[in-house]
Amino acid sequence: MVRWGVHPDARKQAASPQDIERLPLPAMLHIPLLQHSGAPAKPVVSVGQHVLKGELLGARQGNISAPVHAPTSGTVVAISDYPAPHPSGLGVLSISLEPDGEDRWIELTETDPFSLTPAQIAERVAAAGVVGMGGATFPSSVKMLLGKRSQVHTLLVNGSECEPYLSCDDRLMRERAAKIVEGIRIVLHAVGATKALCGIENNKPAAIEAMRHAAADFAAIEVIALPTRYPMGSDRQLIHVLTGQEVPSDGRSADVGVLVHNVGTLYAIQQAVRFGRPLISRVVTVAGGAVARPRNLDVLIGTPARLLVEHCGGLREPPARLLMGGPMMGLQLPSLDAPIIKGSSGILALGAHEIAQEQPSPCIRCGQCVSACPMNLMPFEMSAHIRIGDLDAVQGIKDCISCGSCSYVCPAHIPLSHYFDYAKGELTARERGKMRQESIRQLTSARKERLEREAREKAEAAARRKAERERAKAATAKEATS
Amino acid sequence: MSHISHAPHAHAPTSISRVMWLVIAALVPATLFSIWLNGWPALLLWLVTVGSAVFAEFFCLRLAQRPAAPVLADGSAVLTGWLLALSLPAWAPWWIGALGAIFAVVVVKQVFGGLGQNLFNPAMAARVMLLIAFPVELTTWVQPAPLFSADALSLSQSFALTFLGQMPSSFAALSGATTLGHIKTELTRDISVTQALAAHGQSMSASLFGLHGGSLGETAALLLAAGGLALIALRVITWHIPLAVLAGVALPALLLHANDPARYLDVTTHLLSGGLILGAFFIATDPVTSPGSPRGQLIFGFSVGLLTWLIRTYGGYPEAVAFAVILMNALTPVIDRYVRPRIYGHASKAASKKGAAS
Repeated sequence: MVRWGVHPDARKQAASPQDIERLPLPAMLHIPLLQHSGAPAKPVVSVGQHVLKGELLGARQGNISAPVHAPTSGTVVAISDYPAPHPSGLGVLSISLEPDGEDRWIELTETDPFSLTPAQIAERVAAAGVVGMGGATFPSSVKMLLGKRSQVHTLLVNGSECEPYLSCDDRLMRERAAKIVEGIRIVLHAVGATKALCGIENNKPAAIEAMRHAAADFAAIEVIALPTRYPMGSDRQLIHVLTGQEVPSDGRSADVGVLVHNVGTLYAIQQAVRFGRPLISRVVTVAGGAVARPRNLDVLIGTPARLLVEHCGGLREPPARLLMGGPMMGLQLPSLDAPIIKGSSGILALGAHEIAQEQPSPCIRCGQCVSACPMNLMPFEMSAHIRIGDLDAVQGIKDCISCGSCSYVCPAHIPLSHYFDYAKGELTARERGKMRQESIRQLTSARKERLEREAREKAEAAARRKAERERAKAATAKEATS
Repeated sequence: MSHISHAPHAHAPTSISRVMWLVIAALVPATLFSIWLNGWPALLLWLVTVGSAVFAEFFCLRLAQRPAAPVLADGSAVLTGWLLALSLPAWAPWWIGALGAIFAVVVVKQVFGGLGQNLFNPAMAARVMLLIAFPVELTTWVQPAPLFSADALSLSQSFALTFLGQMPSSFAALSGATTLGHIKTELTRDISVTQALAAHGQSMSASLFGLHGGSLGETAALLLAAGGLALIALRVITWHIPLAVLAGVALPALLLHANDPARYLDVTTHLLSGGLILGAFFIATDPVTSPGSPRGQLIFGFSVGLLTWLIRTYGGYPEAVAFAVILMNALTPVIDRYVRPRIYGHASKAASKKGAAS
């Protein structure tokens, strides 16, 4: 039985019944070079250069990184800072691409994925720039290689889509189930796992039906209806519900023999491995009380969010809040100019009644946050310590997954998860400071040791020379006397 | 949009004032019943107590130069006064209610920092203070005379009783002890529980429906339990504390009564007297002064129940809920420190401590 979590009002009905629509080609795309966790991609094109759809724009650099590709054919018009889809609206190095309207692909060849070796599959996934599309945006190939190394036996397919409003995964499963199932089989083949469990919340019966149908011929794949409960889509919670196992606090999913991939990611993997198509588009839910006609759109990476909202009939009221992602964990957007990136599951324009914001009042220790916390933390106590700056007394801050369940249920409207993110940042900064101090200490002691050694060596050399001189003197004296 | 908001960008339809007013709403049926049962003096005492609590809160907020309106609207002062009123003898003089309410709000709550900061349950701390300082007023009970019945006091007689302390002559003879008080007295005279209960002449149905003397809120066990169950159904409180409190009283009562019925009271009498139902559902569940984790709540609740039974059976005071709650309030920080849920992915308590330290 699931005891943790919250039941936010799902509000998926506005967008989920309509088929995915393809957004017309925009007049300009802004493709950030950092759309994933890890190091940003390095631009490999120059301004004025003409590129084809799927051509490499930025190459990965470092172990954890992902390349970015041209979402359509056109001309690179700028490589400069463009406001990031982030509350700060700060600039991030982006490639601005003016489409030529032809939408011409690079040369693609279809390959049978099951004729490839696991290493070849991982390389194709890495080259296609596939990252976790549930929002974590971790490079998928890195995860697959890790899974292969740690002998993962089960692939968990995350189709829970527990965030309110969002239905992009729901639509994807309903319309492209066969391709997702092939993606599942490719990953099973690549990591050597024998079993796949696909968890879908039971408020998406059509998606469950479609996935069961598509997976009917494959005994290794089982589709499981999950209870509807936020945050079911969090890795650790999904693993616990589907396998009964807990990932150790300082461990990874692979430590309990499982690998978790979102359905959107598996679709992207299938496209990359079978057709060689890089990740250049995704399905985005456009919803919220302020949006005239909510729906799901297939959108090129780099499309400004404004075009999505306009395609959905525009705004019917001034939005109280603009978000990228779901309302529980999504980021506030400073404006609709922000581009769609690989991790953008939704663009939400919420009305004032939907955010239900109130002034925080004092904590009455009611314990609602304790019951809601999927990690079994005691949020009210943690925030009390953080409030007075006593970060050392905070228990379990590293286990907090920032799901926001505690803030959501708090009758006092205390921004608990905001406190925790602040504390995490503060603790990381402290740890970094400590590491720096430690390295300074080591360098200082090494220098002292070196100076001492040099002085000692000098003194020894001097003593040696002196002894030699004395010996020579004694020898001359002897000679003189003899 | 001038400011940046942090996720989540949605919120459950709840607030502190919703919680407080729901608890108050759950008390309304039992309160109305008690007022009917005990007549106008009960209404007057209730008015004075709740009014004093609200006034005391207002006074403190003004003193602290904080805006008073939003804090008063949260209903916590009303609830404190209300719970205190329900724990007082219905015919107590007005100044008992006023003094208790002011003590509860000013000394027990606001001095500690206001809502959420108090260590002890304000209503129970005030009741304990009153019981120790004014034992006579706090232990004078009358046989109930329901409103509109032949024996009932008129409104003017009630004013005279509550505000001037003039007991109508016809009622002096009717005052008597509560069930628990009576048994305690009789036991000291070597009269067995069975005999004392029979002599007290109170049937179980009278207890159930509250047709006997006692505090305002002590009498309507059934209505109070219904209100408490409604709060559990609405998820305002959880079942842990009420169940544990009742179990804490019922288990020792069951064992020892079976062993020696002449010395130990039976379970039903225990559960239905002395405001135990009020305490279990409405007072021990005060979130501020009880532990935050479900397991901690079970320990807290069971200890409140057990202490109640111990004090009732072996202690000097017949009615023990207030003392038990206050004692366990003091232990709540300790319980919260040592009894916490096992964090996901941590093997044991030792491991979780290591995780916090690293």
